[in-house]
Amino acid sequence: MLGYTLRRLAGAVPTLFILLTLAFVMMRAAPGGPFDGDRELPPQVRANLEAKYHLDESLYVQYGRYLWDVARFDFGPSFQYRDVSVNDLIASGFPVSATLGAASLAFALILGVPLGMAAALRQNGAVDYTAMTAAMLGISIPNFVLAPLMILVFAVYNDWLPAGGLGGWQHYVMPVIALGTAMMAYVARLARASMIEVMRSNHVRTARAKGLSAARVVWVHALPAALTPIVSFLGPAAAGIITGSVVIETIFGIPGLGQFFVSGALNRDYTLVMGVVLFYGILIVGFNLLVDLLYGWLDPRVAYR
Amino acid sequence: MLLDVRDLQVRFDTPDGVVEAVRGLDFELAGGESLGIVGESGSGKSQSVLALLGLLAANARVSGSARLAGGDGGIELIGARRRVLERVRGARIAMIFQDPMTALNPHLRIVTQIAEVLVRHRGLRGRAARARAIEMLEAVRIPDAARRARYFPHQFSGGMRQRVMIAMALACEPEILVADEPTTALDVTVQAEILDLLAEARARTGAALVLITHDLGVVAGQCERMLVMREGEVVERGGIEGIFAAPEHDYTRALLAAVPRLDPPGGGGS
Amino acid sequence: MNARAETLERAVRGRSLWRDALVRLRANRAAIASLAVLGVIVAACVAGPWFSPHDHFTQDYGAIWVEPGLTDAHWFGTDSLGRDLFVRALEGGRMSLLIGLVATLVSLVIGVVYGATAGYLGGRVDGVMMRIVDILYAMPFLFFVILLMVFFGRNILLIFVAIGAINWLDMARIVRGQTLALKGQPFIEAARMAGAPAPAIIARHIVPNLLGVVAVYITLTIPQVILFESFLSFLGLGVAEPATSWGALIKDGADEMGRAPWLLVVPAVLLAATLFCFNFIGDGLRDALDPKDR
Repeated sequence: MLGYTLRRLAGAVPTLFILLTLAFVMMRAAPGGPFDGDRELPPQVRANLEAKYHLDESLYVQYGRYLWDVARFDFGPSFQYRDVSVNDLIASGFPVSATLGAASLAFALILGVPLGMAAALRQNGAVDYTAMTAAMLGISIPNFVLAPLMILVFAVYNDWLPAGGLGGWQHYVMPVIALGTAMMAYVARLARASMIEVMRSNHVRTARAKGLSAARVVWVHALPAALTPIVSFLGPAAAGIITGSVVIETIFGIPGLGQFFVSGALNRDYTLVMGVVLFYGILIVGFNLLVDLLYGWLDPRVAYR
Repeated sequence: MLLDVRDLQVRFDTPDGVVEAVRGLDFELAGGESLGIVGESGSGKSQSVLALLGLLAANARVSGSARLAGGDGGIELIGARRRVLERVRGARIAMIFQDPMTALNPHLRIVTQIAEVLVRHRGLRGRAARARAIEMLEAVRIPDAARRARYFPHQFSGGMRQRVMIAMALACEPEILVADEPTTALDVTVQAEILDLLAEARARTGAALVLITHDLGVVAGQCERMLVMREGEVVERGGIEGIFAAPEHDYTRALLAAVPRLDPPGGGGS
Repeated sequence: MNARAETLERAVRGRSLWRDALVRLRANRAAIASLAVLGVIVAACVAGPWFSPHDHFTQDYGAIWVEPGLTDAHWFGTDSLGRDLFVRALEGGRMSLLIGLVATLVSLVIGVVYGATAGYLGGRVDGVMMRIVDILYAMPFLFFVILLMVFFGRNILLIFVAIGAINWLDMARIVRGQTLALKGQPFIEAARMAGAPAPAIIARHIVPNLLGVVAVYITLTIPQVILFESFLSFLGLGVAEPATSWGALIKDGADEMGRAPWLLVVPAVLLAATLFCFNFIGDGLRDALDPKDR
């Protein structure tokens, strides 16, 4: 299994390399530089700044320098926030984003799986139709619609929850619901479909033929098999949550990676944006690996070849 | 009578209308007896036994009567409450399914799958149940059973998996063993071993057998009586020797003609 | 995206007769109702603006923040510049639907050509082509699109290309799988023996066999694209004034929701209803083509 993990990690290198190159090329091809502000800088100041950030060197040298730095997990200084390194910004934003993302994922799974199971076990009944219509609604209402609507109802009309910023757990309630609802709906639909399939499978029939209790049939015999599609959905789900966090953090004014990314992009903060994109890339690759390992743990038939 | 089935009917509601799978099946089964139910696929033979245990899909409608001896005047299985059925399944009537590849749970170790039956019906606890499960595996001649009990189903061959199924079915020493095409999915060489094992197990526990198959050769070797089913109805019934010697129905004759080589029906033993 | 790819793959498997599928689809009340609602929305977006005395960009400072009301000249009210929201919502719908349709077609064409080529040629070419798809799958593309928008300005054409370029991956995988499966079939062998060139075989024999999955793909991809465009517009990176889209309207509405909540609610409801209908139709279509789950 260690060998498998290492091979998977090695396999991710080309992906990350292409990611990095693409980011670099796009950044440098873009019109406008980090010092094209409202005010024209004196030529000398400008030259000094460019020298300081190595912008006066040839592109190849800059690219090589960047690759070398990234290989050592050094994303360089931020252009926008002088005297702060991108590493520092990521270090300060990541815990915030990770808390939000993990809570949303947990929200989606803890509600979505039982909802889907309940619908599957009462297939074509009232519970099923209600749950699945609700799930379709959840998928169809974008998080950037849900978030302002919630703010309107819970923060503007009623003073029940804070409209934004960071603080106690109350500050997380609306962002987590906004970010997790669509995911929960997906999980519920997936759980329902796979549960229905598994409940019809031969091995569940065997379990029932053994006289096991309905609870044991569902929880011990059907659930592990029904969970495997949900586990493989976790990879795309994590990517979706990262994407969603960009807009949710912006709406709620949460100082996470997503907000840094947006402000970095708008301010042409090359290193910050590249750092965040690359960090996201590493995160997604790592998460997918984790999901694969989890998958193998759940399904003993999977061999790590 | 251990089991008395009267006018059993099974219908399925499908989007294309109602399908009548079993149309009025009657049979009796005495303790220790062995009955073969023979027919082509789609003749309703599997559906009838699944109906007895309430194991059919949700769109099935079952009517008729099936009385299992015990209690006051027996237990009615058709339409029985779930808890009643759960006490019968695996404990008094156990099933062996056709495809050991998919009939075992791929996510659980063999020992767990056998032990849970003992826990459920015999009230055994953890270690005792597992020890008994390993004994069951030894009884079906799985070599090195103590170690292999911890295997997952995919680590066994098809024949070995069917042995596990038999061990699982026998765990609570049921009065009736229902085997639904137990050898169809197996290699020819393995088929004979499994049939021997089944006969041996019955000799040991005295269980009655309902053997469902399309293979008359298998019935000839295992059963005393047989039913021939076609399109949900019984077309012929009687002792093995009588039917093999002088089949009355054209369909039975056709089935017999399709068997390449007929062993002389010799007393049912192996 | 994996979940959707799986859904689509399921749609491929049951390629039953179209007539059967149509009968089953008609029996699916949710899908039929969705089709009707969607039809009304689309018709209103396409034709509606012509029947209104207002247009979507004229500002009227004498009538700012008019509340919605059917007795009014402005059914859905007006925004902070006195622009009529009814017309703006329909105009935004035009844009959102257009982007959804065009970008979906772009990704469809790329996906079919790429997937069919990889599957048909097979061997090492297939290996390399699919490895590229795998690598692209792992990319956080959305961020590149955001960067593109930031660097090169907001440009509708760029949005089409960017979204289309992301979405073709699913289609390429499915088409490749189908092509591989079809390739071994006798009628393809026969065409090859007869000396038909590869592109002709792909176009004549393989593509028509993919119609079912393509239909499902289109109905499930359009809402995804609309959603994505709205997402970009919400971040202020989508269509630029004076053009508008549902996402841009939602963005404006969210900024002024305390003062004029209808500016948020109207486009939000329209967008959600459209996505809801598309998703239900896609689901119904898939179930109709593959009745396994019913």
